[in-house]
Amino acid sequence: MPAATASASASAPVRSPILTILLAWLIPGAGHLFLGRRGRAAIAFVTIAVAFAIGLLMRGPMFQLSANGDLLSRLIQFGGFLGDLATGVLYFAAVWFGYAPPDGAGHAADYGSKFIVAAGLLNILAIVDAYEIATRQKD
Amino acid sequence: MQIHLDHFEVAVLFALFSSIVLGLVTKRTDRERLRYGLQCFGYFMVALFGIGWFMRLLHG
Repeated sequence: MPAATASASASAPVRSPILTILLAWLIPGAGHLFLGRRGRAAIAFVTIAVAFAIGLLMRGPMFQLSANGDLLSRLIQFGGFLGDLATGVLYFAAVWFGYAPPDGAGHAADYGSKFIVAAGLLNILAIVDAYEIATRQKD
Repeated sequence: MQIHLDHFEVAVLFALFSSIVLGLVTKRTDRERLRYGLQCFGYFMVALFGIGWFMRLLHG
């Protein structure tokens, strides 16, 4: 690590990793913003929000927790639900505004559903990155 | 409002978003991040066209 970067990192104020994770999950990019990385925060927010919006515009259904079906189906539903939930406030807002398209046939809705999950998975990457910055594992 | 994207458009968009975030969360400098993001996008495109042509040859 260069000396200038190391000294900048050492002089940066300590931020709570737990609060960083919570913010980063709730609002994509908010973890980076909290840590003073404005540019990266904006890029993370726009990218994840646009991916999520495209999923909604393709009328992709959200995954639901279900006790029905075989073990594999339930695992897939559970994993998909976690991916949806990882988008934080975007997921809650969509559910709050009554977004619940039917789980119909066709590739568009199928891709839409996967785009929503992908947005959540990308947010998990952003959360991990924010956590590593907060714990000073990286700049 | 509803949008209809075909397989190729969806794959390119997915590659774009994934590459941006992968570039964002790795490396140390902005230059390295940009380079890595572009590299990831390039790999996605190579895989997309490669698998596309492979399936075309497979199906005849």
